[in-house]
Amino acid sequence: MKKLLLGNAAVARGAFEAGVNVVASYPGTPSTEITEEIVKFNEVYAEWSPNEKVAAEVAIGASIAGGRAMSCMKHVGLNVMADPVFTVSYTGVNGGLVFCVADDPGMHSSQNEQDSRHYAKASKIMMLEPSDSSECKEFTKAAFELSEAFDTPVFVRLSTRVSHSQSLVELNDRVEIPLKEYEKNPAKYVMMPANAVKRHVDVEKRIADLTNFAETSEFNTVENNGSKIGVISAGIAYMYAKEALGDSVDYLKLGMVYPLPEKKIVDFAKNYDVVYVIEELDPIIESHCKALGITNIKGKDEFTLLGEYTPAMIKKAVLDENAPESIALGEAIPMRPPVMCAGCPHRGTFYVLKKLGLVVSGDIGCYTLGAVAPLQSVDTTICMGASVSAAHGMAKARGAEFNKKLVSVIGDSTFMHSGITGLVDIVYNKGNNTVIILDNSITGMTGHQQNPTTGYTIRGEETKQVNLIALCKSIGIDNVVVCDPFDIKAFEKVVKEEVNREEPSVIIAQRPCALLKTVKYTGHCKINDNCRNCKMCMKLGCPAITIKNDKVVIDNTQCNGCGLCLNVCPFGAIEKEEA
Amino acid sequence: MTKKIMIVGVGGQGTLLASRILGNTVIGQGYDVKVSEVHGMSQRGGSVVTYVKYGEKVYSPIIDKGEADIILAFEMLEAYRALPYLKKGGKIIINNQQIDPMPVITGAAQYPENIDKKISGNADAIIVDALSLARQAGNTKAVNVVLIGVMAKNSEIEYEKWIETIKTTVPEKFLEVNLKAFDLGYNS
Ligand SMILES: Cc1ncc(C[n+]2csc(CCOP(=O)(O)OP(=O)(O)O)c2C)c(N)n1
Repeated sequence: MKKLLLGNAAVARGAFEAGVNVVASYPGTPSTEITEEIVKFNEVYAEWSPNEKVAAEVAIGASIAGGRAMSCMKHVGLNVMADPVFTVSYTGVNGGLVFCVADDPGMHSSQNEQDSRHYAKASKIMMLEPSDSSECKEFTKAAFELSEAFDTPVFVRLSTRVSHSQSLVELNDRVEIPLKEYEKNPAKYVMMPANAVKRHVDVEKRIADLTNFAETSEFNTVENNGSKIGVISAGIAYMYAKEALGDSVDYLKLGMVYPLPEKKIVDFAKNYDVVYVIEELDPIIESHCKALGITNIKGKDEFTLLGEYTPAMIKKAVLDENAPESIALGEAIPMRPPVMCAGCPHRGTFYVLKKLGLVVSGDIGCYTLGAVAPLQSVDTTICMGASVSAAHGMAKARGAEFNKKLVSVIGDSTFMHSGITGLVDIVYNKGNNTVIILDNSITGMTGHQQNPTTGYTIRGEETKQVNLIALCKSIGIDNVVVCDPFDIKAFEKVVKEEVNREEPSVIIAQRPCALLKTVKYTGHCKINDNCRNCKMCMKLGCPAITIKNDKVVIDNTQCNGCGLCLNVCPFGAIEKEEA
Repeated sequence: MTKKIMIVGVGGQGTLLASRILGNTVIGQGYDVKVSEVHGMSQRGGSVVTYVKYGEKVYSPIIDKGEADIILAFEMLEAYRALPYLKKGGKIIINNQQIDPMPVITGAAQYPENIDKKISGNADAIIVDALSLARQAGNTKAVNVVLIGVMAKNSEIEYEKWIETIKTTVPEKFLEVNLKAFDLGYNS
């Protein structure tokens, strides 16, 4: 039976059919739905781990114990889990082990545009790259087989357009694979120098074997159309090339992007006047071709290093054909950047931080939107967890007076991911920072995943809930205050007190995400006759509050009745109207 | 020939469900299909674009400028933004709802005036008051299915096929409202 499946759902399906036993991941766009889809299969143990390093290690443990295991992450998650990854390349596997990493060319929802293929090369782990949902399923299935056959972890690399496009997939049944024997084998699994030195020899042999495999493997296919132009491509870029160039060129499609074949590429390239290497982001395949001494290639001299490609762009570069005419009316069209939702608890927090004019060491989550107008209060965003440790560094560099104007903001999931260690650093090294944990009871940004602070597992089962107050106290934070960010006055008072304190403190800004099913705001907010058009409420940056004919109005289709605006209006000019 | 449909709107308006209804209806017709969605940042009230392409064999999931046979726009500004993607002779279906983006709310930019007229003067446009029709159906959230109804009327796929997909894609408790919304769009 053929079904329309998202690339991510197809990866999940492939892992399921391959008999995967354990899947551990941390969410991250565009990879999140893989693990959310896996949960639909009761045969598989799945979890949201606190971060990618933990997730990868859970999968590694499951593999060593003899099960088939997978961990899925976005590209920057691979940075977090890089440490175990580089060494599990040496140990190899017992049960098949797959890491599925999703890149985000164009940065639809990421803080950088790194190319994960560098990791495959650097860690010497083979990498497959599917180009549609059907390949997502087949390649993932094959990845488990290859992992066991070559005693290696295997990367499956996706990109946003593959992860988030639906196409047709043929479904098959799951094959139950018995657990592999577990035997104590320190020479393979205890990576201390004497053992690792020997394993490195095995790694190099494995890469040589895999390069041979790449020469003949069906993952790398030639399509001959009798053209004078050759195209080497992989992943979604191959689909763009096919759409743009059709049968007018010959193709070498690489389904395996590390290690790359040598003879196969040389033999292909010599048939053409010119060979275009079409790959988004970095020139990985191109550099390989150049290292093989191939000179008739065109790559990044024709195609950008930045963002996503399109068929139109490829058509222009290769065939010099222009895009069809399009309607251009020439008027400036305002941008529509993402905003905090109506009812978002973070809005209260940033309203206060903006009002107090504080320096805000920011982090990654829905609350990164505190950087955009009109709330505009976030000063920095680097990576998950950096808000806490970077503020410590800021304070050490600029001293006590600066620190009185400085706070960190970090979401509950992000705090669990990598904020705790930064907080330990502050306590240990006599820092004096104020850290605000934005506890909205969920991992919001990536679409509502449970985390260790929410009290529920990925399957929605009740579990122990990390007690943030006890946790902070136990590492040596004596001042922990819980406050509702919608109680603007109280929240402002707490922030003022804590930044002026000569000790480190944590403020837990507690109010659940407005999109949670358990949150039931009702009715709408409405402007009454007391309004003097002072526009204080406009400072909230609520998508429901706007100006029509110079008067403030609240749009009923946007307002969810959260009532925050009632708390900032100095004239009592906003009231609730029940539905 | 591959048919290319672009669905644009504002995060939270239900464009994703619309593209899934469309995708699942066309596979029933034996076509190859690709539906490209955008998740993540763009859901938080930002511009959302999805592409649905179907035909004998579809390679790229995305649509370039000047290529779309149909644009289904859930909001006027987004219709205006997407207009360059319409091919010559293509059709654009526009919900005449206005949702101010943050730069307009803060006064940093102006919402262009008379977008519907400007588009109608330059392309084959159908303007619908989908919000009123959704309200009439019983839920303002059904704007997406009203618009699917309008599109269905303008497609070569039979009425029953659409109803079948809606029955399998929409949760039971919203089904009645959505079927009503579809009909209101179809007959508008
Ligand atoms: C290393 C890494 N992993 C995953 C992500 C994707 N991501 C961005 S924010 C976020 C979690 C945000 O949750 P939380 O901290 O609870 O804040 P909220 O969005 O709920 O406000 C995730 C998983 C990332 N940017 N970096």
